[in-house]
Amino acid sequence: MASVTLSEAEKVYIVHGVQEDLRVDGRGCEDYRCVEVETDVVSNTSGSARVKLGHTDILVGVKAEMGTPKLEKPNEGYLEFFVDCSASATPEFEGRGGDDLGTEIANTLYRIFNNKSSVDLKTLCISPREHCWVLYVDVLLLECGGNLFDAISIAVKAALFNTRIPRVRVLEDEEGSKDIELSDDPYDCIRLSVENVPCIVTLCKEEACSLASLLVSVTSKGVVTCMRKVGKGSLDPESIFEMMETGKRVGKVLHASLQSVVHKEESLGPKRQKVGFLG
Amino acid sequence: MAGLELLSDQGYRVDGRRAGELRKIQARMGVFAQADGSAYIEQGNTKALAVVYGPHEIRGSRARALPDRALVNCQYSSATFSTGERKRRPHGDRKSCEMGLQLRQTFEAAILTQLHPRSQIDIYVQADGGTYAACVNAATLAVLDAGIPMRDFVCACSAGFVDGTALADLSHVEEAAGGPQLALALLPASGQIALLEMDARLHEDHLERVLEAAAQAARDVHTLLDRVVRQHVREASILLGD
Repeated sequence: MASVTLSEAEKVYIVHGVQEDLRVDGRGCEDYRCVEVETDVVSNTSGSARVKLGHTDILVGVKAEMGTPKLEKPNEGYLEFFVDCSASATPEFEGRGGDDLGTEIANTLYRIFNNKSSVDLKTLCISPREHCWVLYVDVLLLECGGNLFDAISIAVKAALFNTRIPRVRVLEDEEGSKDIELSDDPYDCIRLSVENVPCIVTLCKEEACSLASLLVSVTSKGVVTCMRKVGKGSLDPESIFEMMETGKRVGKVLHASLQSVVHKEESLGPKRQKVGFLG
Repeated sequence: MAGLELLSDQGYRVDGRRAGELRKIQARMGVFAQADGSAYIEQGNTKALAVVYGPHEIRGSRARALPDRALVNCQYSSATFSTGERKRRPHGDRKSCEMGLQLRQTFEAAILTQLHPRSQIDIYVQADGGTYAACVNAATLAVLDAGIPMRDFVCACSAGFVDGTALADLSHVEEAAGGPQLALALLPASGQIALLEMDARLHEDHLERVLEAAAQAARDVHTLLDRVVRQHVREASILLGD
């Protein structure tokens, strides 16, 4: 996504700076750029969030629909991810150009959510083997300014926090056929507990001039759920351990600040001024 | 939706508007820093985002370059979570392709393509439960934000016809009720029509009235967009310290 080509001298300059814990825009090695998070921006969805991290802009919508549980997990609902790289990010994404990146990101999201502790899928079950909630998480990439995975994971976590799933009751008739009744009150709903949803932290030696980077997905307690190396270069094993420790540290801080922001937004209640893209 | 009254006896519509009244429009230009031009518009509950890249060298086959004019390229995509039922494919399906072609036709009429020969202008519209009108309005603002010379604003509005009265700016409920719908894109200063499209049957005697209602609504939209652009320019010049 880096559309600026750097000369060799510029790369050396950047690497020297990083060794002194000083990056090109004045940040320290472990600092994030300013992040803006806003939830409940799309009215048609069960939950949504918009994240702006520097020049990267992501919109996530979660829709809850009824479906049948998977055969090997009859007591649980499941999540489906879909990532759309919009052509507005760069002209190369027009038509099918963005599909490759989209599939890669979606697969990464599947992997990090694939363990038992991220989201409690049993709360999504309505009646075992017959009905369950399926959460379709749709990610829309509006602008690419670097550090995609981090922004996407923050947005997914905020959107899941914002998701409101209506409460259902299963009524049994005399013949045994089940009827599903949706509760009438629009505010009566279950919320997902997102304490354990992980966030991805991308670590590398300055994105424009590094050949390889490491994605580490960390939960708020500092537990690593998934790790992946991307890029053309190769990494030293010691640097990998170092990166993981940094990732855990940074991840904890990120989680804490995200929780506080989202809770603060929540506490403002329905009278909150929705800014969306107009601010 | 039988039994849903689109126009009550007192002349009020489902959402409380009068027959010729527009929905609330809020717009902002310069939403994205990386693109050449971008704009966001909210018309009632419909949200559209437009991004413009260009003019730049033709990507892909050089053979498509036109020697005397620029090539305008449009893509329309709508978010999968936008409509009531989740949509599977955001773009590439027939409706999106058709919208893209219509947008292209509209903007080729408005952009002064002779000034940029052998180049390409990309307009990407991202709509949320989109209708053609919101997309065109957003794209106009984005093209203006990119500084591409245009003959005039392109303002669009939809219109319908119920019980002998022409309604302007249809909402989703009114569209779904299935009466005749007209989509109009207008160049307000000259009064010329860039695109006119209608589905369903309408007696030709009524066409004049519906067209006039749509044109009037488009002129109202023009006043609003003009205000937005002037506000944006004022803010930008304050920032530059002029």
